[in-house]
Amino acid sequence: MPSPRTPVPDSADVLVRLRGVHKSFGDHVVLRDVDLDVRSGEVVVLLGASGSGKSTLCRCVNRLETIDSGEITIEGRALPSEGRELARLRADVGMVFQSFNLFGHRSVLDNITLAPVKVRGVARREAADRARELLTRVGLAHKAQAYPGELSGGQQQRVAIARALAMNPKLILFDEPTSALDPEMINEVLDVMTELAADGMTMLVVTHEMGFARRAADRVVFLDQGRILETGTPGSFFDAPRTDRARDFLSKILSH
Amino acid sequence: MSTIFAHGGQLAHGVLLTMLMTVLGFGCALVAGVVLAVFHISPVPPLHRLAVGYVAVFRNIPLLVWLVLFVFGLPEIGLLYPLFGTVTAAMALYWAAFICEAVRSGIRTVPPGQIEAARALGFGFSQLLRHLVLPQAVRSMVQPLGTVFIALTLNTSLAAAVGVRELTGETQFFTITYDIPIPAFAVTTAIYVLITLAGGLLTGRLERKLAFKR
Repeated sequence: MPSPRTPVPDSADVLVRLRGVHKSFGDHVVLRDVDLDVRSGEVVVLLGASGSGKSTLCRCVNRLETIDSGEITIEGRALPSEGRELARLRADVGMVFQSFNLFGHRSVLDNITLAPVKVRGVARREAADRARELLTRVGLAHKAQAYPGELSGGQQQRVAIARALAMNPKLILFDEPTSALDPEMINEVLDVMTELAADGMTMLVVTHEMGFARRAADRVVFLDQGRILETGTPGSFFDAPRTDRARDFLSKILSH
Repeated sequence: MSTIFAHGGQLAHGVLLTMLMTVLGFGCALVAGVVLAVFHISPVPPLHRLAVGYVAVFRNIPLLVWLVLFVFGLPEIGLLYPLFGTVTAAMALYWAAFICEAVRSGIRTVPPGQIEAARALGFGFSQLLRHLVLPQAVRSMVQPLGTVFIALTLNTSLAAAVGVRELTGETQFFTITYDIPIPAFAVTTAIYVLITLAGGLLTGRLERKLAFKR
């Protein structure tokens, strides 16, 4: 079991700051006036019913989705809109997707080394050594030469986490990392994530895994219809939600 | 038959021209087609529009019309090039439009999630193409490209209509000179089939070689 987390002090630097973020797809408003700070070393879990805007919020942070108005800054710098600057920023922000999205034509090892070698210019050998280290960390050292298609979903997702870690990101975005997994594989992924959290990685996590939120989050943010309704420690949110919407959401999720 | 074999050298020359036209035409069309496909999917609007316009113009006008325009039209405006080169260039430009579309359909088989993952890792457009999109797309492009290769091979025969003495041109010559249309075209058919069968075999081999587990 990883050691329990020491809470992130309020004085820690703000890594990601969202102010007045608005986003709509056509007539459908997905994010309304969202303000959110993620401090360095903090684990923030976004909760909410499907369609509440949590995935979109997560995807806005590395500009996989553009925002209509408002401001997003990372380490005090506004998100670049296009081109090389944006690519450079993305290299510093890891992302783990619901559907793993490993590169199908490359071995597990190559999946992890490709970005360090091609984007960062790290020597191939050095990248491979680091990749093996990371594979050991996620418990897949023996799968280095396998292809993504030969792995189970849980294994693929752990490789995807290793791939994100290989870029030494300042933070990692997790967009429903366990939602596409069979139940018996969810824990192997959550264990890796819990360990990362304990190691002090800054994480913004969209998930339906309440156990993980309770165990690993510093802060839980509850979204409803694109608005942040509640934010607080896991303890206060789960035990004493302040809004009816949150109570309703929790009763539906926790009843089974 | 014996007349044909007596003039074997002439026929061989025709075969040579046909094969040269096929290889040169396909090679140039492949390069141009890939460039066009990249323009087509590029985020730069003028390049995208250029590729769309190119495909619309070249794919929708019969090859024979292009050949006539190139061979008899270009000299009209003072551009006189050797016949063989002009015809091969016209073919390459025409088939490039088809190759562009074959390449594009291959690119669309690359799962969008993988492209998103690469963008999230900091890959730029050209790195994305080079390391992720093209290596994966090429697998599903092999068969459509093989089809274009066969079509191009068979359509080199249109060059006879504008005066190139390639395989079909020579065959017409035999037909007219010695009045042996059936034997002449039988031999010619066999030769075309040999070339296209070889192309088909190569395509199958390539496809197996590029296959990977997924």
